[in-house]
Parts: sequence; C-alpha cells; structure tokens
Amino acid sequence: MTDSHPIGRCLVALALALMAAPAVADDEPGANELTVAMLKSVERGRYIVTTSGCNDCHTPFHDGPAGPEPDMSRMLSGHPESLSVSEAPTAPPAPWGMMATYTSTAWAGPWGVSFTANLTPDEDTGLGKWTFAEFRDTIRSGRHLGRGRLILPPMPIAMYKNFTDEDLEAIYRYLRTIPPVRNRVPDPLIPGEPLAD
Amino acid sequence: MAAPLTILSLCCLLLSAAAADEAPASLRDTGLPAAGGRLIVVGFAPQYPLWSDGATKRRWLYLPPGTAIDASDPDAWVFPPGTKLWKEFAHGDPVETRLIERLADGSWRYVAYAWEDGEARLAPAAGLRGWPVAAAPGGRYDVPSQDDCRACHEGAAVPVLGLSALQLSPLRDSLAPHAELPGPGDLDLVGLVGRGLVVNLPTAALGARIDAASATSRAALGYLHANCGHCHNERSSVTDRPLVLAQGARTGAQRVLETLDGVPSEFRLPGAGLRLVPGNPDASVLIRRMRSRHPVAQMPPLGTRQADQAGLALLEAWVSLDPDYREVAHHD
Repeated sequence: MTDSHPIGRCLVALALALMAAPAVADDEPGANELTVAMLKSVERGRYIVTTSGCNDCHTPFHDGPAGPEPDMSRMLSGHPESLSVSEAPTAPPAPWGMMATYTSTAWAGPWGVSFTANLTPDEDTGLGKWTFAEFRDTIRSGRHLGRGRLILPPMPIAMYKNFTDEDLEAIYRYLRTIPPVRNRVPDPLIPGEPLAD
Repeated sequence: MAAPLTILSLCCLLLSAAAADEAPASLRDTGLPAAGGRLIVVGFAPQYPLWSDGATKRRWLYLPPGTAIDASDPDAWVFPPGTKLWKEFAHGDPVETRLIERLADGSWRYVAYAWEDGEARLAPAAGLRGWPVAAAPGGRYDVPSQDDCRACHEGAAVPVLGLSALQLSPLRDSLAPHAELPGPGDLDLVGLVGRGLVVNLPTAALGARIDAASATSRAALGYLHANCGHCHNERSSVTDRPLVLAQGARTGAQRVLETLDGVPSEFRLPGAGLRLVPGNPDASVLIRRMRSRHPVAQMPPLGTRQADQAGLALLEAWVSLDPDYREVAHHD
C-alpha cells in the first residue's frame, strides 16, 4: 500500500536519496549505519515536531468538519502573507491579555504582535538557507538567528531551549524534509505603533 | 601497588584536565595584572568603541611567549591558541571585566567577571541581569550571558572585534563618539607590528581607515562598523536582504551605502519603511531602531539599555548630509 501522507512521502524520498547518495560508497564501512542513523534522526525530529505543538501555531488553522484544525496543505509555513495585519487589536479587559487570529499564526499581547515563522525549507522565505548552528542558536538564545531580535510569545523558548543538541538536530533534519512553501512572514509589530498605510 | 597508583595518577590527570577546561573562579587567576595577576599584557584602545551605556573601558591583550597574530588577511586576523583579551567596564569603579580566550583546540571561550568589594568573581554562564550597580544608568547593570557573548562575537569573521587594523590604525578619527585616547603604554597598530605581536600585515593595511567621502561620513561609517558590523557584514544572514555595515580591505563605503540607501526594511515602523532615506532621519528605520529601546525594536538588540545620544546625533547629521558628501566615496 502506498503511503499517501506528505510526511511519509518525504521520508520515503529522503531514504531513497540517502541510499542513492554517491558521497559514501556502498562498500565503505559505516555507510549503511550512517543512512540508518540519519533516518532515525529524521524520524525522531518528526516525532518531536508533531508532539510538541509546533503545528499549533506554525501551521495556519482553517475550518474543518469538527471546527478549527491545522491546514496541512500549508504545513508549518507560518503566518500567511495574504492575511495582512498592520496594527495590534485593542487590548481586551483584564484578566484577558492575549489574542490570536483565527489562523493561530498572529498573536497580540503586551509585546506587540508576533507572527509565526515559516519553518519549511523554502530558500527565500523559510529555513532553506539556515544552517543547523543558526537554528540551534535561535532556540538556545531566544534571538532570531541567535543574535537578532527577541523571539516573542507564544513561542515557548523558555522550555524549548532545554532541548538537547541531538534533539534540535533531529528537528532541523526533519524540517529539511517537509514540502517547501513560499510564504513571506512579516517581522513583528511593536506595541502602540500602528503602521501607516 | 602499581595498579592503584596508576589509577590514582590517571584520576589526577583527568581532574586537572577538567579543571583546565574551566575558567578560573577569580579574575586574578586569569593573569590580568589589573586584578593582581602576573601575565605581561599590552593595552590598546580602538578608535571606534562600542556604545556600552556610558561605561568607560580598558582593554588588554596577552599572547603566549613566542607567538604572534597572523594578519595576512587584514580582515580576519588569526590569533594563536592561548590568546587572552580582557575588557573592563567601569562606572566610576570597575563593574565587570570580560575575558575572551582562545583555547588549545582553537575554540574561543567567553566569560565575565563581576566586581564586588574589590574582587572580580566569575559570573554565571547565564549572566547577571539587572545587577544593582548604583553608578550605572538607572542603577542597574547587565552582565551578559555566554550566549550573549557568542551572539555578538561570533557573527564576524573573527570573534575579536576591537583589535584590528581599522580599529588600531594610527590614523585615528577625531570625530568618533566616545573615543578614549590610548593610555600610557598602550599600543596601536604600528606598535603591535613593531613589537612583533602582529606579523604578515600587508603594508597598505598600516594606514587603514574607514572609506568615506567626508569627515562626518567617516565618523558615521566608523560608528556603524564598530556598533553594527559584527552582525551586519558580508558573511551574515541575519537579514533576508544583504545589510553590510562593516568595512574592510575588500568592503568600502559604496557597499555599505548600496545595502542601506532606499532599501526596503524587513522591520516595519509607522512612517518608516526604508532602511535609510537620505535627508530624512525620521523616515529611516536605521535611525528609528537606534533611538528605540523597546526590546523587539532596539538596535543593537542587546548589550545596551540606553540609546546613544552622541552616536545618534552623528548618524542623524550624516543622514541629513548633502548626498555628495555621503554617497561619493573617495580616499584622501
């Protein structure tokens, strides 16, 4: 039976690509072990990504038969560029403090408005050009690319920074295998400063 | 008895190896004479200092005996293992001393020492945020985490930022904000080469200076080089579109300006959509983010709680300059 799920297709494609890769000859000791280790790492990354809430914010929600659900045709592609947000909404009365778009990809709070990132391997708008070091340093430091602006709520950096290097590498490897989606996510808006049109 | 002794010796060796990998608990034990250590060091003063909320700074270099810095590539000096560089931050009295050290395996270690009661002790790897220091602006001071150190120092070709041909050129920029004159015994580029501490420097680099069309432009571009260039340079991917604010032997003012002037900013602010609008500082995202200390918008993004008013005055004057004095780079 053919696995029709996009993740399954990607893993099969990755396995075939790794087995066909000429960089390590078949007769070289360790070639198969390397391939198996790589696949295990990718699978570990898939497991972490799909159980640690990444899709809850990085995959836009749409209406499903039983209510809002992640639109897996745009898996992990972040806040849709077609959904323009130019200013934060009026803050709700206390004790309410956070709001989100129905897509679950734009979040407003005391920090301003944050937009979830495109985690797909698209070269121009996603993580396509990111190195593993940049990915790891972003999570560890809570700063864009490890040295830029702060990563904002609701991204659970305070918890995710505790991932081991091995797990972060697994996540990074898995994210390289998912379908690229071209979608440019805007930078955050700071509070009290709506954009002029 | 031989076997237990061997095991004991091995344990001692392992313990001493582990200890050698750890930074000393006291600054004195790093060898810095200013903290009571005994290494022979040289002081230096970069002509374009990093803005550090008004702290005064002193800097020292140590090279292991018989070694030197290889300056074959004037933009990426190679420091020998064992190199140590200290930077002391003071608000009246010393508050903090940072140490960058190149280890035997070629990697770099970044640690900070916090001064209290006349002694500087190793700060936690996570830093000390909001440490009460009465003389610091707002009475608070941030000792950076080791991740913060890496964030700034590992974005450039070499993690040593203030010791370079441009920064130590004998052709010092008299308009550079906050520039501290070299102290007695401090060495500039000529002194370092003369003492054999810097070798293989191309002759042309001895007169290195910021490429600019006017004195104001030179000071402004030098400020950007020192305060922004360690992240915004040719090798950095911190922005989607290239933003090059560092200068070097292969990168002059023209490259800086072509990545700034009229280039759309990824960061959106009301009334400001371009990185730099010649003649209009208020519409330039570069200036607006320098003015801001909102944690998301501020530039630089870390290491400072107060905007640099002198630096801003210089940059605003530069942005307002007649284009002929900003954009046409020439050497004089």
